[in-house]
Amino acid sequence: MGFPLLSLIIFTPAAGAAVLMFLRSDDAARWTALVVTVLDLALSIVLLAGFDTTTHEMQFTEKVPWVPALGITYALGVDGISALFVFLTALLSTVSVLASWVAIERKVTAFMASLLAMQALMLGVFLSLDLFLFYVFWEAMLIPMYLIIGVWGGEGRVYAAFKFFLYTLAGSLLFLVGVIALYFHGGETFDILALTALDLPFQVQSWLFFAFLIAFAVKVPMVPVHTWLPDAHVQAPTAGSIILAGVLLKMGAYGFLRFSLPMLPEASLYFSPLMLALSALAIVYGGLLALAQDDLKKLVAYSSISHMGFVTMGIFALNLRGLEGGILQMFNHGVTTGALFLFVGLIYERTHTRSIADYGGLMKVAPVYTVFLALFTLSSMALPGTNSFVGELLVLSGGFAANFAVGAAAVLGATLGAAYLLGMYRKVALGPPSVGGRFKIRDVNAREMVAILPLAAFVLWVGLYPKPFLAIIDASVSHLLTEVHGTEGGQ
Amino acid sequence: MEPVISIRPLLAVAIAGLAALSVLLLNKREKLRDLVSPLAAVAMFTIVASMAPTVMAGGTVELRLFEILPGIDFAFRVDALGMVFATVSSLLWIVAAVYSIGYMRHLNEHAQTRFFACFALSLAPAVGGAFAANLFTLVIFYEVLSLVTYPLVYHHEDEEGWKGSRKYLVYLMGASKSVLLAALALTYAIAGSLDFVPGGLLAGANAPAALLTVIYFCYLFGFAKAAVMPMHAWLPAAMVAPTPVSALLHAVAVVKMGVFCVLRVVFHVFGAGLVGGLGLGIATAYLVSFTILMASVYALTRDDLKARLAYSTVSQLSYVVLGAVLLSPVAMVGGIIHIAAHAFSKITLFFCAGSIYCASGKRNISDMAGIGRRLPWTMGAFFVASLSMIGVPPTAGFVSKWYLTLGSVEAGEVAFLIVLLASSVLNAAYFLPVSYVAFFGAEARESPPAVREIPLVTIPLVATAILSVLMGVFPGYFLALAEGVVR
Repeated sequence: MGFPLLSLIIFTPAAGAAVLMFLRSDDAARWTALVVTVLDLALSIVLLAGFDTTTHEMQFTEKVPWVPALGITYALGVDGISALFVFLTALLSTVSVLASWVAIERKVTAFMASLLAMQALMLGVFLSLDLFLFYVFWEAMLIPMYLIIGVWGGEGRVYAAFKFFLYTLAGSLLFLVGVIALYFHGGETFDILALTALDLPFQVQSWLFFAFLIAFAVKVPMVPVHTWLPDAHVQAPTAGSIILAGVLLKMGAYGFLRFSLPMLPEASLYFSPLMLALSALAIVYGGLLALAQDDLKKLVAYSSISHMGFVTMGIFALNLRGLEGGILQMFNHGVTTGALFLFVGLIYERTHTRSIADYGGLMKVAPVYTVFLALFTLSSMALPGTNSFVGELLVLSGGFAANFAVGAAAVLGATLGAAYLLGMYRKVALGPPSVGGRFKIRDVNAREMVAILPLAAFVLWVGLYPKPFLAIIDASVSHLLTEVHGTEGGQ
Repeated sequence: MEPVISIRPLLAVAIAGLAALSVLLLNKREKLRDLVSPLAAVAMFTIVASMAPTVMAGGTVELRLFEILPGIDFAFRVDALGMVFATVSSLLWIVAAVYSIGYMRHLNEHAQTRFFACFALSLAPAVGGAFAANLFTLVIFYEVLSLVTYPLVYHHEDEEGWKGSRKYLVYLMGASKSVLLAALALTYAIAGSLDFVPGGLLAGANAPAALLTVIYFCYLFGFAKAAVMPMHAWLPAAMVAPTPVSALLHAVAVVKMGVFCVLRVVFHVFGAGLVGGLGLGIATAYLVSFTILMASVYALTRDDLKARLAYSTVSQLSYVVLGAVLLSPVAMVGGIIHIAAHAFSKITLFFCAGSIYCASGKRNISDMAGIGRRLPWTMGAFFVASLSMIGVPPTAGFVSKWYLTLGSVEAGEVAFLIVLLASSVLNAAYFLPVSYVAFFGAEARESPPAVREIPLVTIPLVATAILSVLMGVFPGYFLALAEGVVR
C-alpha cells in the first residue's frame, strides 16, 4: 500500500471542519474553508492525473482491518465509475464555499464546518470499498445536510429539512436490510468486491433489487418518490442546492452502478424494462412540472428530476452507449445544474425574489450574468456543442437500442426541456428591464467569476472534447457490462 | 484524389467570429465598426474561393480537429455540395454587409452594434455547416445559427418582434430538440457513426425499413429551416426582422442551411439508392409539391411585400428538395444549382423591399403604385429578379428550372412537370403585378420629393440583380459543382 491519497482526500475537509470549530472570526472561517476545498480539489486532480484508464481494477486502494470480528475493514479505492465524482464533489464544494461567501450571514463558522463535513462524507461514499463503511458515510451525510437546510434555509426550512430527512432515512433503512442480507449471503463479509463476485439466486437478487431500488430511487430521485426534492431545494441556501443537485442526487445513480448492476445482474436485466419505464416517466413528468413553474429554483429542481431520468435510463439501457452516457450525464448534470443553482442564488441575493414574473431585461442591467446564464441554460437543454448534448446523444442512442418507446418518450422530455429553459431565459434576460427600477442590480464580481468560470469551462470542454472523460469511465463500464451480461453469455 | 489538408475551412469560420468580436469592441466608433463586416466578408469569400479549384477538380479540402465520440469527429470536409452553399453565402455576405450599413444608418435603427455583431457572427455557423464533415458537426452549426439569428429577429423589441421571434425559436428549436434529436440518436445507434458517406451512411445498414422511414422523416421535418410544410410557419414570422436579415439570412444563409441539410441527408446519410429503394423519393416529392403550390397560393394573397417574398421562399426551397428526391441526376443538378439561383434573385427582391421601405416607408404592395418612377433602379432590379424567380431566360432561375423540368421528365414523373409549370404560372401571378403597378400604376397622391434612391442601398441590389443574370448566362461554375455532387 502506497501513499494514502484517498484517505487524505477524505480527511482533508474533515480536518478542516474540525479546525473551523475553534475559529471565532467569520472571515477566517470563510478563508479556511476556501483553502481547504481548493487543497482538496488539487488532491482530486492529482488523483485523476495518476489514474490508470486502461484497467477496470480498483486503484489507489487502502485496506486496514477495522472490526475484524465482524469482517469490517476500512477499505478505499477508486475506479472509472467513481473517479469523476470525486473530482466533481471537490469542485462543487469549492464553488459552494464561494457561493456562500456573503449569502450566509449567521453562524458562518458552523455553516462552513457543515459544508466541509458534508464534503468529507460524500467523498467517503464514492471511495468506500467496504459496505459497512459505505453505509456509515451514506447515513452520516444526512446530518450536515439536515443542518444546512434546517438552520440556514428559507422560511419553510424546518418542514423541508424534516421531509428530506424522513424520505432518505426511510429509503436507507431498506438499504440497511439489504446490506445485512448481503452480509449473510456473502459469508459474513462487507467487502464490496467480494460481494460483487457472488452468484446469488435470482429470488434473492429480486428482493435485494427492490430493497436497493427504494433507497436509491429516493436519492436520484425517481418519480413517484421525488416530492422531497423541490421543497428541499427551495428552502436550502444556494450552497445546499448546489451540493444537493450536484452531488447528492448522483449518489442514487452511483448506488445502482456500484451495487444493483454488478451484485444483482440477473435481477437488473429482468427489471430493466420497469426501470426504463420509470426513467421515461421521470423525464416527461419532471419536464411537465418544470414547465409549470414560476419559481426559478423550483424550475431548476424539477428539471433535475427530468435530467436524472436520462441518467437512470442510460444506466438501465444496459448497453455501452447508455451506460457511458448515463455516467457522463451525471457529471454534466452536476456541473450544469450546480451552475444554474449558483445563478439563481446570485440573482436572489440581489433582488430577493425568485419569481420569473418579477424579472425581465436582465441583459441590459447585468450583461455578463446573462451571457453566462445563457451558456448554462443552453447546456441544460443540451444544445449541440455543450456537455449535456454528448451525454444525451449517448443515452438516447443506448435508450433507443434498448427500447424504442422509451427512447421516444425521452425525446419528448428533451423537447420539454427546450421549452421551459428557453422560456425562462427569454422572460428573465430579454425584453424591457422590469427589475431595474425596483432593485439595485450589479453584475457579477470577481469572486463570483472565480466560481463560474471553471463550470463554464467544463460545459464546453465536455461538449467539444469529451474523450478524456469517457476514457476515465470506459474500462470500468465495459467490465460492468460483462458482469451484467456475463451470466447470459455476453452482450 | 488525395484530400488536401488545410486550415482554411476553420479560418473561414473564424473570420466571421473575429468580425463579430471586432464589431463589439468598436462599439463606440461607428465608422470603423461598420467597416469591419464588408472587409471580413471579402476575406471570407477569398478563402472560400481559394478552395474552389481543388473542389472543382473533384478533390476535397479536409481538416479533422478532434474526436468527439467513437465514430464522431469534429471535422470539416469541403466538397462540391458544401462549396455551392459556402460560395453563395460568402459572396452575398459582401453585398449584404454594404447594404445593411446603408439600411441601418438611413433608418437610424437602435442597437446597431448588437445587430452588426450578430449579423457577422451568423455567417460563421453558415459556412461551418457548409464545410461540416459529419452530421454532428453540421448540427452544432445548425443550432448555433438558430441562436445567433434570434436577436436579429427580435431586433425591434416591440410586441410584434417578440411574437415573431418566439415563433421562430419554437419552430426551429422545437423541431431540432424533438425529431432531429431522435433521428441523430437512432442513426448513431444503427450506424455507429455520423459521417457523411458518398452513397449513404445508412446504405448498408441492417435495420427494418419502417425504422429507416421514420428516421428519414424525422430528418426532413427536424431540419425545420428547410420549411417543408407544415414546418414553414417560422419563416413568415421571421419577417419582423430588419430587411437585411430577411435578405441574407432568411432568403440565403438560414433557409439554405435547411435545404442543404436535407440534401446532405438524402445524398450522404441515406444515399439515393436507399431513398429510392424505400419509396421515399416519390413520397417526399409529393409532399414538397404540395408545399410548392400551397406556399405560392399563400404568396398570392399577401399584400405585405415581405410576407409575399417569404411565402415565395417557402415555395422555392421545396424546389431544391424536389430536385434531390426525384433521384434523377439531371433533377439533382437542378435542385443543387437552385440553391444559388434562388439566393441571387431572392436577396435582390428583399433588398428592393428594404429599399422601398427606406425611401418611402411603404410595405404594402397596394401602396406602391407608381413607385417605379421614383425608384427606377430598385424596381428595375426587382423586375429582373422576378423574371429569374419565374424562370425566364437568360436569368439564373431559368437554368435551374430547366434542369428540374428535364429531370422530372427523365425520372418519368409527369406529375411534377405539371407542378413546376403550374408553380411558374403562380410565380408570375404574384410577382409581375408588383412591377406592373410600380411602373404603370397611378400614384394615389404625389409622393413627397424625399422618395429617391439611397446609394448604399441601391448599389448592392443592382449588383445582385446583375449576378442573377450573370449566373443565367454563365452557369458553368455551379453546374460543374452540382455535377460533382451527383457524379
